[in-house]
Amino acid sequence: MSLLATHNLSAYYGDFQALFGIDLTVEEGETIAIIGANGAGKTTFLRAVAGALASEPDMVEYDGQSIGQHTPHELVRLGIAMVPEGRRLFPSLTVEENLALGGYCGRPGPWSLKRVYDLFPVLLELRNLPAPSLSGGQQQMAAIGRALMCNPRLLLCDELSLGLAPVVIQNIYDCLGAITAEGTTVIIVEQDIRRAIEASSRFYCFQEGRIGLTAAKDGFDQEAITAAYFGL
Amino acid sequence: MMDWVNILVQGCLLGGLYGLFAIGLSLSFGIMRLVNIAHGDLIVLSAYVAMIVVEFTGLDPITGLLVILPTMFLFGYALQRGLLNFTLEGGLLPPLLVTFGISVIIQNGLLLSFGAYTHRLKLGAIETQSIVFPGDMSVGVFPLITFGVAVLSIGGLQLLFYKTALGRAFRAVSDDADTAELLGINKRHLFALAMAIAMAFTALAAVLFAIRTNFDPAAGPIRLILAFEAVIIGGLGNIWGTLIGGIVLGLAQAVGAALSPTWQILAGHLAFIVILIIRPSGLFPRTRD
Repeated sequence: MSLLATHNLSAYYGDFQALFGIDLTVEEGETIAIIGANGAGKTTFLRAVAGALASEPDMVEYDGQSIGQHTPHELVRLGIAMVPEGRRLFPSLTVEENLALGGYCGRPGPWSLKRVYDLFPVLLELRNLPAPSLSGGQQQMAAIGRALMCNPRLLLCDELSLGLAPVVIQNIYDCLGAITAEGTTVIIVEQDIRRAIEASSRFYCFQEGRIGLTAAKDGFDQEAITAAYFGL
Repeated sequence: MMDWVNILVQGCLLGGLYGLFAIGLSLSFGIMRLVNIAHGDLIVLSAYVAMIVVEFTGLDPITGLLVILPTMFLFGYALQRGLLNFTLEGGLLPPLLVTFGISVIIQNGLLLSFGAYTHRLKLGAIETQSIVFPGDMSVGVFPLITFGVAVLSIGGLQLLFYKTALGRAFRAVSDDADTAELLGINKRHLFALAMAIAMAFTALAAVLFAIRTNFDPAAGPIRLILAFEAVIIGGLGNIWGTLIGGIVLGLAQAVGAALSPTWQILAGHLAFIVILIIRPSGLFPRTRD
């Protein structure tokens, strides 16, 4: 049984339909990538899985349960955590308070403040600073650390590379290995195709709210991606 | 000279009560961005609840707090979870209109149930006792206690907000409730808890107020204005600022009353307007939006 499966998942913002019947599966322990142009529905998909956007109950199945109507805080307890696009740290909390907040629901697991600091040593030095005083890359690390503090089974990463320098992006992606080594299942949403495919074993390419292409890491050709990405 | 010191001390102590009035308002705005127009009437409602508790149990009002505070805590939780949470999604106007409606309902409900008579809670001799300080300055014991309660309340809230996991969660939902949800925080529950705490402090303020002054069903709106002014003078979303704001109001009223008794209330409002002109976001602003 897959850890996550969506069945004909549709999502709407008011009258606007953003997703059209997405069928996607993720096995436990797998890292998959979702790529696609702006507005392809990648973030919408993550928000629907995380419960931030309600869908029909049976459209999203997680660990054998129908979770389409669950709220985000219920899903965190079931083990779905999200690193939101734009990091969204709490500005009036310090770095350490932001991290500690991830542990609010008290899910047991391998991640603790100490483990997060081991993974991102720079955060240890900055722990008592207000979150907005960090650089973009440091904030991204804090946002990942905060999500890890939920001890997720399924980690949703939305645009980790957004607005960051290439060397910083490399740094952050290098840390993904330590996260998946704990058995955590990861879904990466990226616009940077090469980066996303490198970090994952399979990928889905979204296009205008539909899946345009899906393939394993080494089973695709560049032209097919270009076609699916731009809808040529 | 001594007269003026006396006036300032009395004003400061009165400010403690205003600070207490304002805590509930400050909390609900700080955490939920909820402007609670019914706050003054909730103070008066709490005073009536206290009166009923005192009458039925035969306890004095202070011991009665053991019943009154939990009652209003639960009432606050139910009010937020059952009604006010539903007003928070659609901008600033729905909570204003709904709490305005609650205000009208409370005033008329109290008038219908208890009539327009004035009531007071009685605490015995301590109400009129005073301590005489060197220089013949006499300070009422009860105002002193009220002020102490205000300082302890604010200090306790400060500890709650900055030293506990619950406080951290309160600050997080205040910053960004939707992201807090993504980290496992149930914002509806947390908002309801915030209102419960706000109502417990409101009830505390109400009992102290009702021992000190007469109250009737129409006493709410003026308390609302005082509380609003204290919160805004202190700076929105800053809990210590709220106490300072109360003290500024109390001082201005005491000075006004010393000049001429008819000036007391007006002087407080004038101080509020002057501070609004000089520092539109209050003396110690914290909230960014």
